[in-house]
Amino acid sequence: MSGAGRHENRPTSSAARTDGLTRRTLVRRATAGSAGVGLALAAGRLAAQTPEATPSPATDASPAASPAMLGASGELVTYSGRNEELIGPAIEMCQQTTGVTAEVRYGQTAELAATILEEGDNSPASLYIAQDAGALGQLAQEGRLAALPDDLLDRVDERFRSPDGVWIGVAGRARVLVYNTELLQSSDLPQSVLDLTDPSWAGRVGWAPENGSFQSFITAMRQVSGEDETRAWLEEMLANEPVVFEGNGPIVRAVAAGEIPVGLVNHYYKYEIQAEEGRELPVENHFFPNGDVGSLVNVAGAAILADSPDQEQALAMIDCFLTADLQRYFAETTFEYPLLDGVPPAAELLPLDEIASPDLDLSNLADLQGTLELLTEVGAL
Amino acid sequence: MATTGSQPSPTDLLPLSGRGTLGVGFPARWRRGRRLPPFVIWAPALIVVLLMAMPLVYLVLRASEAGSDVWRLVFRERTATVFRNTAWLAATVATASAIIAVPLAWLTTRTDLPLRRFWATVATLPLVIPSYVGALTIIAALGPRGLVQESLAGPLGIERLPSIYGFPGAWLTLTLFTFPYVFLSVRTALVGLDPALEEASRCLGRGSWRTFFGCVLPQLRPAIATGALLSALYTISDFGVVTLLRYDVFTRAVYVQYRSSFDRSLAAALALLLVLFAIVLLLAEAAIRGRSVYHRSGAGTARRQRAIHLGRWRWPALAFCGAVLALSLLLPLAVLLYWLARGLSGGAGADRLWSSISHSITAGGLAALAAAIAALPVAVLAVRFRGRLSAAMERATYLGYALPGIVIALAFVFVGANYLTPLYQTLGLLIVAYVVRFLPQAVGAERLSLLQVSPRLEEAARTLGRSSLGAIVAVTLPLARPGMLAGAALVFLTVMKELPITLLLSPIGFDTLATDIWSATGSGSFAEAAVPALTLIAISALPTVLASVRGGRSIDRPALPSAPAMRQ
Repeated sequence: MSGAGRHENRPTSSAARTDGLTRRTLVRRATAGSAGVGLALAAGRLAAQTPEATPSPATDASPAASPAMLGASGELVTYSGRNEELIGPAIEMCQQTTGVTAEVRYGQTAELAATILEEGDNSPASLYIAQDAGALGQLAQEGRLAALPDDLLDRVDERFRSPDGVWIGVAGRARVLVYNTELLQSSDLPQSVLDLTDPSWAGRVGWAPENGSFQSFITAMRQVSGEDETRAWLEEMLANEPVVFEGNGPIVRAVAAGEIPVGLVNHYYKYEIQAEEGRELPVENHFFPNGDVGSLVNVAGAAILADSPDQEQALAMIDCFLTADLQRYFAETTFEYPLLDGVPPAAELLPLDEIASPDLDLSNLADLQGTLELLTEVGAL
Repeated sequence: MATTGSQPSPTDLLPLSGRGTLGVGFPARWRRGRRLPPFVIWAPALIVVLLMAMPLVYLVLRASEAGSDVWRLVFRERTATVFRNTAWLAATVATASAIIAVPLAWLTTRTDLPLRRFWATVATLPLVIPSYVGALTIIAALGPRGLVQESLAGPLGIERLPSIYGFPGAWLTLTLFTFPYVFLSVRTALVGLDPALEEASRCLGRGSWRTFFGCVLPQLRPAIATGALLSALYTISDFGVVTLLRYDVFTRAVYVQYRSSFDRSLAAALALLLVLFAIVLLLAEAAIRGRSVYHRSGAGTARRQRAIHLGRWRWPALAFCGAVLALSLLLPLAVLLYWLARGLSGGAGADRLWSSISHSITAGGLAALAAAIAALPVAVLAVRFRGRLSAAMERATYLGYALPGIVIALAFVFVGANYLTPLYQTLGLLIVAYVVRFLPQAVGAERLSLLQVSPRLEEAARTLGRSSLGAIVAVTLPLARPGMLAGAALVFLTVMKELPITLLLSPIGFDTLATDIWSATGSGSFAEAAVPALTLIAISALPTVLASVRGGRSIDRPALPSAPAMRQ
């Protein structure tokens, strides 16, 4: 039953992408995703499916997510794997616009995902905010996420949302090669991350193999270039004696201090550190061109838990994250990439559509296991 | 002098007032026959032990879901490496802790070292530094491009220091922050040793060194084994240090399993291996400790020890104490202050800090109280009703201490969310989880204290008409109060720095100093982490300093004349 309905509703999804879906999710999506309804209507449907929820006034085709109406019942229990300093102010802002009161438990993305799985149907959480797409992919695979309405999903590029329509990216980050502008010109830099194994870079590259974003990048490389090539690259890199750091921030500081000329990091650290130190640093981000795996764009995302008590409020919250105001907040305050069309990133950043990020499904980055084994085997960890 | 007897305390934890490990003259089972414990003691003890076993049941349940994958995971090569690394790290940390702690304890109890009480207090303080904060500061200071390198770069032109990542850094950090466990138990034992034996040794012409190695050290064996056990158990369950310093051990493998594959059943299988490892440690400690006890068996009283005159040796001794202080306490504090000075502008408001302080103290205080009470029946059972069963029950309480925090947290998430829904993520269940994690610290201290109370006192109370329980309540508990306080103090300070259980099980929005530190370091702002970190250290240091001062006083005070005499 659901197969046909699904295709009707979401012509973009291919059959292959539905493998991990449970029947429940399909039912939800078939209901939630009926063509041509606004977000408010979809929210109403979601609510109607939850037995204990009282039918919400938001079911009439009133303008999307009218705040006063949604905020009526209780508090929205939120599990956030994203750091409080980064997401806290955004949640604060959305509480005001939506009228929803959020109670947030902060933790590690993966530990909170494990918690949600242990809690089973009794999870008090309705909204889950994750630091990376991998954890969201895992919860989706276990059938723990509710479908999101199409018009919400359509606000972001296909690359940055669940192929099954159960999670959505709210802000993006790009992998870059940060370099010291006093030591190097942009023309000195390699065209591909794969070229860093060249002997001319020996002892000059900083990396942080413990870091989650680095590991996502390696996972992506395994998918794009294959297992053997990734292993070969790692081994050659190690032979080239990279300088090991415990995180992205220290790499950028070391590059700024001229200790090393380049380092593999996320794009926003340069801005964060400049903001913290209150001065311009002689560092610049280099984006590897031509869809190089070295310029992977990953997202922090959000999802609604299936069977959770406050699905409407959760939806209102995600909806708010993807409004122009909040996207501008991400762009200007955390220097992340806004994912909503029409909101420009911070002035210094290369626009998202000019980053030739590799073509891959971010949900597949859930296979961290293999990456960690590989990193351990070659001796990077 | 030294006679046979059954086992002494497993964990002489904090300096207790009164004399140290004094045992009983004969194995209890000979003397007292088979006295059955009253219901009001064994029933609560059983409840406590069952509670402690809960995470194990959860692990077995989860691991059994994994199917054949488990065997692939258990028998792959990496598991062997991880096993070797864990064993090596635990053994070297325990050994190094003993090498630091025994001389320190001896110097502060037996000699005329200047500022003895000061050194004794600061030697316990590294316990209050959360190991992840310790590791961060060690990296910041001693890392290849750390502060030490920075200061050496100018005068000496040193470009980079040798890497501290991997085994050396993990070993150094864990040793620096766990040696106080050995120090506390050895010091307590030293305070309690009868000086007559040493005096006899010296009368027979042995010098200070030979007396120490031939006479004192062998008597300290049980205390060293006990302290080393706690240090080793801490080492195998710690996650922060091995992750930040990148050394591949079991805890890290368990976390990697949770974080990377989200596969709880495989993580559970690994955690069960860790439990096996802990059981081996517990057995090894029991073996080292042996069956013999070193204590006074004749009549008369232990006299006050005369201090050994250090003479010229005073300077190397002071240098040694100073070096330990510098590395384990001053270095982390200096790095924290440096971070603080660098980023004074940032930082959360005073309101937030205040609410975190009050949450931390509430959670720590309630957990300390609960642990002190929960440990009592177990300790009474182990001391007064000795037998295989009571010993096994007492040992079982140690297993929670060997498990990584995340395992206990998820076990409680599972049970709480599914079977105790109204209690889930409330302060009550959080406290229970803390107790399960840290109970052995309270059991150990209370056990030691109870060992020092003569059963004759209870028997006297019973002949005067008290019931078995009534005698314990009226006579034993008041005398065991120092142990209860010491155990509670230790639980308080470990709860204050606990992270994984707090993050997952606390009531929502219950931010503590530990979670504030975590949140700030997570976003890379070390300056912001410095304020809660320094506050945490200051608050947890209070009970430790108080406990040390109490312990210090007891050295200078002659022991109660009746205590040892009444043992026989």
